Amino acid sequence: MKLDLVLKELHRAENGLAHLLLRMSERHRTDHETYYVARDLAAWSRDHVRLLAEAGEGYGLELDPSPAGESTPVERMREKAAEWLGRRQEPGLLLLADFRHLYREAAGVSMDWELLAQAAQGARRRELLELARSCHPRTLRQLRWADSRLKDTATQVLVS
Amino acid sequence: MPRVDRIAEPWGTRTPYGPGEPWPVRVDSFLEAGLGEQDVERWVQSASILHSNGDAMDIAVRAGRIVGVRGRAADRVNRGRLDPKDLYAWQSGRAPDRLTRPLVRENGRLVESDWETAMDRVTGNLRRLLADQGPSAVGFYTTGQLFLEEYYTLALLAHGGIGTNHVDGNTRLCTATAAAALKESFGCDGQPGSYADVDHADVIALYGHNVAETQSVLWSRVLDRLAGPNPPALVCVDPRETEVARAAAVHLAPRPGTNVALMNGLLHEIIANGWIDEGYLRSHTVGFEELRERVAAWPPEEAARVCDVPVADLREAARLLGTAERLLSTVLQGFYQAHQATAAAVQVNNVHLLRGMLGRPGCGVLQMNGQPTAQNTRECGADGDLPGFRNWANEAHVRDLARVWNIDPMDIPHYSPPTHAMQMFRYAEEGSIRFLYVIGTNPAVSLPELRRVRSILAREGLFLVVQDIFLSETARLADVVLPAATWGEKTGTFTNADRTVHLSDQAVDPPGEARSDLDIFLDLARRLDLRDKDGAPLVKWSDPEGAFEGWKECSRGRPCDYTGLTYAMLRGGSGVQWPCDEAHPVGTERLYADGRFFSAPDYCEGYGRDLVTGAPLSDTEYKALNPGAKAIIKAAEYVPPHEPPGEEFPLCLITGRTLYHFHTRTKTGRTPQLRQAAPQVWAELSPGEAARAGLAEGDLLEVATPRGTVRARLRVTAMRDGVVFLPFHYGYWDEPGGSGPRDAESGRAANELTVTDWDPVSKQPLFKTAAARVRLVEPGGGEPSPAPTTAASRPVAPGVPATAGGEAALAREGGAA
Repeated sequence: MKLDLVLKELHRAENGLAHLLLRMSERHRTDHETYYVARDLAAWSRDHVRLLAEAGEGYGLELDPSPAGESTPVERMREKAAEWLGRRQEPGLLLLADFRHLYREAAGVSMDWELLAQAAQGARRRELLELARSCHPRTLRQLRWADSRLKDTATQVLVS
Repeated sequence: MPRVDRIAEPWGTRTPYGPGEPWPVRVDSFLEAGLGEQDVERWVQSASILHSNGDAMDIAVRAGRIVGVRGRAADRVNRGRLDPKDLYAWQSGRAPDRLTRPLVRENGRLVESDWETAMDRVTGNLRRLLADQGPSAVGFYTTGQLFLEEYYTLALLAHGGIGTNHVDGNTRLCTATAAAALKESFGCDGQPGSYADVDHADVIALYGHNVAETQSVLWSRVLDRLAGPNPPALVCVDPRETEVARAAAVHLAPRPGTNVALMNGLLHEIIANGWIDEGYLRSHTVGFEELRERVAAWPPEEAARVCDVPVADLREAARLLGTAERLLSTVLQGFYQAHQATAAAVQVNNVHLLRGMLGRPGCGVLQMNGQPTAQNTRECGADGDLPGFRNWANEAHVRDLARVWNIDPMDIPHYSPPTHAMQMFRYAEEGSIRFLYVIGTNPAVSLPELRRVRSILAREGLFLVVQDIFLSETARLADVVLPAATWGEKTGTFTNADRTVHLSDQAVDPPGEARSDLDIFLDLARRLDLRDKDGAPLVKWSDPEGAFEGWKECSRGRPCDYTGLTYAMLRGGSGVQWPCDEAHPVGTERLYADGRFFSAPDYCEGYGRDLVTGAPLSDTEYKALNPGAKAIIKAAEYVPPHEPPGEEFPLCLITGRTLYHFHTRTKTGRTPQLRQAAPQVWAELSPGEAARAGLAEGDLLEVATPRGTVRARLRVTAMRDGVVFLPFHYGYWDEPGGSGPRDAESGRAANELTVTDWDPVSKQPLFKTAAARVRLVEPGGGEPSPAPTTAASRPVAPGVPATAGGEAALAREGGAA
């Protein structure tokens, strides 16, 4: 039984996604929709981190329920610098690169939820299946957000 | 004929009526001092462009000048009544500072010029940028106050001719959420209800809709019902104690930013008590189960806690909504300009879908508009949609539009939704939009975070064209200013929030060399030599009626079908509600009467979006969700607001309107009666908040957010605690600064303070969720705040002189002729 492995990996991946979304938010302080929505979506991943930590207790895991994604003072400084930079240089390409990266990371997390759901069904762990059922759709929404923002943003960046 | 001071009594005299009875006629009129109706040479048919209600009126003309107005008794919208702005603001058309000649920037200064020079500069820059970068360098930012013919011509020349995707209107600030919410629930824009639903409703729920000030004639209609037998019960959701709140059976004043929590609480109660129409849900909707699951987490106690409203009031509101026999709901900026705008507005639609209350007398939803012709900006594709409610993501719709325009589908950008205004300003900030053409709107006062907006508009490398009737704050920053004609000086049609189409005829000549917006667009298309795929001119008309006929073809078979309308049909009598076609020769009072929606996958205007992320659904997802053209019940999770009050900024800032002004006061600020009624910016706090800070009526405050400061005198009103309110109308054109504050002490535009954040679904900026603080600058010393005493800004303290217009504001009220 490798359920603990899957939970651990998911916990790591959701933590990473939360952190990535917050970093992205900070980098794009002057791209306001990115700034705010990325924060809202980071909250989903942080939620998942907490839920996974709770679920992990039943499998002998001691996962940290508080996500690692909080901003440090250095990061907040970076955010301030990004605000300054964002008004002066063309940050469009950076934005495209970040959405592309986010898409790949979110796709990885989505795969991990698939793994958990498959394992939970095989092992008849109703609570884990339920966890996957309630969390995975949000990952898919994060994924679709990255995809749609990339599409919306790409043309102007690439043809101008 | 009685004479009434309509500054002191904005809603005039009551004409009570009962449910199901026709609203009695009351004809309001106001003429230049010393003139009577016998002195009027001609009456010219028109309707209001100073608010979104669409009140029909006739313009009085004498010796080639406009000398007054009179309401049209026959019209379905107002039955003769007029808003105070309409009664008085026609005077602004002949203000001495009207723009009468084009201006061009020479050595840093705007100087008078001629059309040839000005248009040469416009087209010269345009051509250079098109050659250098292509259409992505070009943006058009228009308004909700032109005429249908002008928007359609603009949409054709911008989308189809120049080929830019960057076309939007300031309707983004006022009505984008109305359109988005209708698309989410019904698959397409188009107001289900009718103003006549006021005549039949037994419960009217107003969500963030201060109708007494935004559409004062519609409020008169409600007041007349309230004064008659078997009046309706009102439910009001508003953080301020508006006139609506005072008249309401239940007033909910939620904490700003929590509308979705409130709606989920109301929906929870409605479902839990079984106040739902299961037959309707089964036959006409999809998505109910998801809503049921979603709102299960929102018992009234939880919603009341998050929103900070009494739980008993929330329950009572739900009971009224749930047990109404004929429920009318209206929604406006308190929802549209607030956090989670579309998600909240959609939940109002859900109330009606749960209760099966659509398409019958008294059972309607009015997702209101904020501007007189905003509906046309949306229909005609001048606001981030394609013309005729066509779906940009549906290849067949784009092909069909290309057929109407006789161009290649590839020439109509549709790789993404048309660029919304906030994004256009972002592109201009980044430098990828280098030509911005602003028409009839004033972003230097109306957009959020003005310091940023001014810096974008003044940016080196941005060529700014402004087409307007006065030298607005924005026009002062332009490279070329084009003088436009306004209402009464040009002919065209426009459509109000309940789909009523009115004709507005030219009554007088425009001043000096000013030209109609349509003529300017036609000239631009001609100079750019825009062609269709056969080499013929792209724009095939040369006058308003020709443009209207062109639009009719574009609208054929679409939900907003105008093919049954003609100018001749709109002259005389009443306005007509679309769709008006062969099947509906006299128009259509209510949509969806048969429970059938415009939501079929191949017909709908949009496939919908994720209510939190804003990501569009694909056609495949939409087809799976809603194959059978039903209404879509969309649940929404509550997301906490993005800028909550905290230690440093403990209050929540909301901005809004006063009855006496429209937008940035370009017209109302040049109208003596209106200017005097609300001469200066003010700030409102609740008695509790004022007491906590040791502040009193009339004190000069500095209101601050992380983005700027505004100075305003305090009016203490009966609104909720924790909130500071500022009216958004005041800018700098009549101040020494001209286009912005002169120094740190002279900020007076509310948008110095607002946050750049928008609803991810409708892309409407949020003007009702920002953290702020206030401090005393100077005690009032007994001098009251300049705020009007008549409506939501009514003072709680006695002793403030009542707002009145006196002799100069006496208007006539007549009965049926």
